Amino acid sequence: MFSHDQRIERTQEGELRLRLPRAERELLRGLPTELRDLLAAAPADPNLRRLFPPAYEDDADEAEYRRLTHADLVEGRRQALRVLQETVDNDRLSPDEAHAWLTALNDLRLVLGTRLDVREETLLSGLDPSESRAPELALYAYLSGLQEEFVAAFGGGLLQGTEDTQSV
Amino acid sequence: MTSTLAPAEVEVGQPRGADAIEHDRPWVVLVWNDPINLMSYVTLVLQKLFGYSKQKATRLMLQVHHEGKAVVASGTREKAEYDVARLHAHGLWATMRQD
Repeated sequence: MFSHDQRIERTQEGELRLRLPRAERELLRGLPTELRDLLAAAPADPNLRRLFPPAYEDDADEAEYRRLTHADLVEGRRQALRVLQETVDNDRLSPDEAHAWLTALNDLRLVLGTRLDVREETLLSGLDPSESRAPELALYAYLSGLQEEFVAAFGGGLLQGTEDTQSV
Repeated sequence: MTSTLAPAEVEVGQPRGADAIEHDRPWVVLVWNDPINLMSYVTLVLQKLFGYSKQKATRLMLQVHHEGKAVVASGTREKAEYDVARLHAHGLWATMRQD
């Protein structure tokens, strides 16, 4: 049994119980504002491109797709970031709040990873502290680890009934 | 296809048949490999959005990872567009095209 070591745990009611230290919560508190500000002030910022990939190869089809979906996609992301910020001190998250955290953490990683030009082979352990990207790479690595913890907590019971015991 | 079908019949039948096939050809939704999305997260999203078993979602995720892309859903254009938008909302790199 490792339940005492799990920082994020799914309860029988479908909530997530969080055991995150204060310092992590302080770090997470400030990040949503940065991304919300960027979405509002510079919607064409190239670092946001991975949040809004094209659906169609055809330019006219793609323009119509963006016209239909872009505002909703932006608003969904803003909402998820807002939930992360408002519940950052909580010890329990409802299923909806937990999904918002998952979305917001992934969006933060997509933007940060794009800015850092993260590749498959980018090493996140043994960072050289003298490298200029080191602080942001460390943040990216931290967010990746936290998201893994969330996915693991969800994985046990997201879709009971269709779940099987196969693992990667 | 049978060997007894005369070529003339194929010629006559083709124009209208081709139109119908063009119209009915399904659209496919593709997810592309990217260096940021976690493998475990992609698997979870495919389970959540499409109701796939963990086994099927994992197989598709590994296909994305190893082959660069995978077809994760197909159907009408409207259905495909809806699925792509949901994948985009979850941060996956998804596109659609007619099969």
